Amino acid sequence: MKTVIEKIFQTHSKEEIKPGNIVWITLDVVSARDFGGPNVVKNYRTFYKDEKVFDPEKVFFTFDLTVPPKTVQYANNQQICRVFAREQGIRVFDVDQGIGTHTFIEKGYALPGGIVVGTDSHMNILGAVNCFGQGMGDVDITFGYRYGRTWFEVPETVKVIITGDPKEKFSAKDLTLKVLDVLKTDKLLGKAVEFYGPHIEGLDLAGRITLLSMITEMGGIVGFIPFNEDTADEIRDFNGLDTVPGEVRADEGAHYCEVVEIDISDIGGMVSVPPYPHNVKKISGLGRVNVDFGFIGSCTNGRLEDLETAWRILRGKHIAEGVRLAVVPATKEVYAEAMKLGILSDLMDAGAMISNPGCGGCAQGHIGMTGKGEVMVSTGNRNFPGKQGDGDNYLVSPEVVAYSVLNGYISTEEA
Amino acid sequence: MAAKEYLFEGRVWTITDNNKQLIPDVDTDQIFHNAYLHITEIEKMGRYAFDNLEGWKDFSSKAKPGDIVLAGSNFGSGSSRQQAVDCFRALGVKLVIAVSFGAIYKRNAINSGFPIMIFGDAEKAVSAGKLANLAKVGVDLLSGTLTNADTGETFQLMPFSKVQKDIYDNDTLLKI
Repeated sequence: MKTVIEKIFQTHSKEEIKPGNIVWITLDVVSARDFGGPNVVKNYRTFYKDEKVFDPEKVFFTFDLTVPPKTVQYANNQQICRVFAREQGIRVFDVDQGIGTHTFIEKGYALPGGIVVGTDSHMNILGAVNCFGQGMGDVDITFGYRYGRTWFEVPETVKVIITGDPKEKFSAKDLTLKVLDVLKTDKLLGKAVEFYGPHIEGLDLAGRITLLSMITEMGGIVGFIPFNEDTADEIRDFNGLDTVPGEVRADEGAHYCEVVEIDISDIGGMVSVPPYPHNVKKISGLGRVNVDFGFIGSCTNGRLEDLETAWRILRGKHIAEGVRLAVVPATKEVYAEAMKLGILSDLMDAGAMISNPGCGGCAQGHIGMTGKGEVMVSTGNRNFPGKQGDGDNYLVSPEVVAYSVLNGYISTEEA
Repeated sequence: MAAKEYLFEGRVWTITDNNKQLIPDVDTDQIFHNAYLHITEIEKMGRYAFDNLEGWKDFSSKAKPGDIVLAGSNFGSGSSRQQAVDCFRALGVKLVIAVSFGAIYKRNAINSGFPIMIFGDAEKAVSAGKLANLAKVGVDLLSGTLTNADTGETFQLMPFSKVQKDIYDNDTLLKI
């Protein structure tokens, strides 16, 4: 009787999979980004010299943070990775491609039941396609590049059941922030989580990505949500593969270290108030907070659905005087699709600045930083002090960013 | 393989706020800000340790080789950056102890052979004044005991796990 994470581990290990056991697991994909990547190359050359990576088809670089590089140092670092990649015959998803985790979903490298690791702490987004994604540092990844395996302490699994009868409308991000508000950073620390309940199981793939990306901010390892009748088709639509492995579901009677029920009846538009993500409040109780800058994008909310949501609110209108809005699609595919659909030009007409795909503001730069006293509303996932400048960063849904830049203050509907 | 040390003695920095409580959830951007992630040489990382943590921005100029850091819960949450471990190594910090660690941070430290230990009751010990900032302490990695040399009081930490000791003995996962 096993949980989802235990079942995925079992197909990747010969050892007994039981929470607390330290086991060796094989890796389906090992990747590094432009942060971490050059350190991986340095480690690799120091310890493994000219030895080949374990499988060039399963090893990647994904440049998604400073894209294109804004300083010579970043340019040098990316070039170090490219040179190594050419020597080793491994693929680089270069600065034009967008966020690595999303690319892995779109290109079919992250699949149900798989294990994908990389130098990205939001790798656990891949839980959305029922894949175990895990962020790792450069030493871990160097070892993975060479041997295609790693040690892992089998985590306990927490079962979270979402119940209740919400009166107000809410988005996947509001749901995410509500869950974060209840679980904070300690309930899931070092654990896997499975979510159940109609509000969660009804989420589309973009919504699943939003929720599961913030397992990191809850201190968790990875989260899973049972597929609904559309999820498998959505994954196939994403990656274009003819066949996709079946979903891994927990066994009846699997052991959970804790079962938490979260009643979301009182949910509404939610906001994470700086200085940390789990400082969550309901927007209706926030009071007036004027905004200077809005950001729509990131690995949490950079999907086409997120851009469409903002577009529905902003098309034919214009953001408030003196307010700026930046939109960063998650990937090249999202970028191209949003362009074809006219979403980007309508958003530009509404006053938005559109940038090429990537991580956006989280990587200190790309779309600019905030200055002291500046208020940012962002669809991102972290608002720690100094993360994106000296200003205050409020984390919200794409809807709320759109309404907020339209009205000039944090809001859940048009004034 | 060089003989490894399992007994550490040194000053302990208790990473507390204005109310003398251990700060919880210190994330990797507060330990080593993403503005410096282009740095790949460990020796250049030290000066940025805690440079974005309120009240601790001058840590790198005060820390001395052999020092020990004692932090709050969920220490090192956030990003996967190895620099958040390596910046302490660069300063000669010997050991980081915390109430609990972010999962990735814990792996990064263990895999790079940098000693970390979990001290579940640290908040109580610090707020009761039993471990003052810069107190001299002795720590046994294998038994998990921490002794306050100034008072003689002993505390129990979680000792090194087998995989942690194996990697530590070999200096890094990359030599295994």
